[in-house]
Amino acid sequence: MQLITVGGPPACGKSSVILKTIQHLREEGRKVGVVKFDCLSSQDAELFEAAGFPVLTGISSNYCPDHFFVTNIEDCEQWGRRLGLDVLISESAGLCNRCAPHIKGFLAVCVLDNLSGVGTPRKVGPMLKTADLVVITKGDIVSQAEREVFAYRVRQVNAKARIVFVNGITGQGSWELSRLWREAPDEVPLTGGKMRFSVPTAVCSYCFGELRIGEEHQQGTVRKIRLPEPETNAG
Amino acid sequence: MNEMKTSPAADAQADTRLGAFLALNHLPAPAEGMVSLEAYWEALPWEEREASGFSLEKLAADFRDFLARAESEGDSCNSFGQAPAIEELIVLRGHDKNGQPEQFDLTFRPGEVVCLVGPTGAGKSRFLADIECMAQGDTPTGRRVLINGQPPAGADRFSGESGLVAQITQNMNFIMDLTVAEFLLMHAESRALAEPGKTVERVLAAAVDMAGEPFNGQTQVTQLSGGQSRALMIADAAFLSPKPIVLIDEIENAGVDRQRALRLFVEKGKIVLLSTHDPILALSGDRRLVIRNGAVTDVIEPDPGEAEVRARLARLDAVVAGVRERLRTGGRVSPEDIAEAD
Repeated sequence: MQLITVGGPPACGKSSVILKTIQHLREEGRKVGVVKFDCLSSQDAELFEAAGFPVLTGISSNYCPDHFFVTNIEDCEQWGRRLGLDVLISESAGLCNRCAPHIKGFLAVCVLDNLSGVGTPRKVGPMLKTADLVVITKGDIVSQAEREVFAYRVRQVNAKARIVFVNGITGQGSWELSRLWREAPDEVPLTGGKMRFSVPTAVCSYCFGELRIGEEHQQGTVRKIRLPEPETNAG
Repeated sequence: MNEMKTSPAADAQADTRLGAFLALNHLPAPAEGMVSLEAYWEALPWEEREASGFSLEKLAADFRDFLARAESEGDSCNSFGQAPAIEELIVLRGHDKNGQPEQFDLTFRPGEVVCLVGPTGAGKSRFLADIECMAQGDTPTGRRVLINGQPPAGADRFSGESGLVAQITQNMNFIMDLTVAEFLLMHAESRALAEPGKTVERVLAAAVDMAGEPFNGQTQVTQLSGGQSRALMIADAAFLSPKPIVLIDEIENAGVDRQRALRLFVEKGKIVLLSTHDPILALSGDRRLVIRNGAVTDVIEPDPGEAEVRARLARLDAVVAGVRERLRTGGRVSPEDIAEAD
């Protein structure tokens, strides 16, 4: 079974891109399933089910979504194997820009959309930096110049990834993307493997449900903004 | 790790590069004069190192990639998004939606204007997508694309940035909150042009020339009218986009001099593919491809009769434009104003 990790900011078109692309894979006789990681709720499962793809939804809820991903991906893989899938797509939404749902040895995809503006590639961190493939969506509604500048900025952050433009609505570019997914590494052992990027050190009192504000409630690993020195009045 | 202890000038350059690299990776700026990544990493407080998610090895590997990229950007014939120079683009025949073979192999050369006609869903987009992904008999149409007689190198395919086609369509808008001049300069900088300022001036002049209503470099791009936006996109694609092929999908009628736009692309040596239902534009091409049921079913070169039809339609169009302008500026019109159209 091939496992492909797909990450990207909210509403950038991940599900649409996945849906269009896996239809091409299915046409070739491959059995494809999707596991959808989300934070609070997700209706996307219905989309995939309606199209006839098996789907598993994992809601991280009050647990850190990145930790949730890494502690559950093995079980999801087992689920995929039980169903006899050839390809399992892991779609992660709701991750913060600090993290990346990407695993060494597996095809890693980052989806970004042109509408989010040319500043986005610099704001999205490891999810983009550690990806093998960057899919850029919504190119049909911005100018050619903005598409080119956006791709240039992606390239500045990730020098190695392949950049593909896909229209999630019409599916333009999804066939090309499916060619690249078809070549994803197969039968890579997941257990004992490694994430491409660490998940955050997040063991402060707020991780355990603290709500109160104030220094006395802040325990564990706490990080502070460095404020400029207050100006002193001369004389 | 790159060795970077040569002349003071080289040190200064290495300094800015390290700074730029660290900024891209959301890391604090290095202390002044610091050029070694090891020294930087050692000096970083442990919390920063921990929070960055990096190790020194990973950071060093990324920095090497970053420097390699900077090198290749400095080399002008290998700048970002630079598509190969095209002397000849060949599209070898495939088949239609029922598997029936196409009748035509097509060759396109720089400076050519080719119109695509056919109803929605006939396969115009697939034809263009075949060119964009440089199909090798592996797309649904079975077409094959050759550049200068050769199939493209494997690594170039499916890669959006080395794609060959720039697109301008009705749906496109500017979304950036910048002035026209800032916007063009940003695009020019991404191309690593030697004199971005001069190019920006040329693009602006060409865009204003094509647009009915004047605007300048200080106008916000989001404030431009439909015609002005389209004119700016066209001029930008002609001068600043590295793509050798331009696809134009229905440039709207009002507010942009379409013939001048086509001439601009021809002068810049682009291959222009025009998907249109506008009769004047459809007759403006060197050829037009008729697309039906997923295949090119006919290739028509305008004959003198069609050239005359085009010329007369253009005169009618000018009459309509004259009336439009008169009304727009608050004037009255009379039958004499359209006498030429009779």
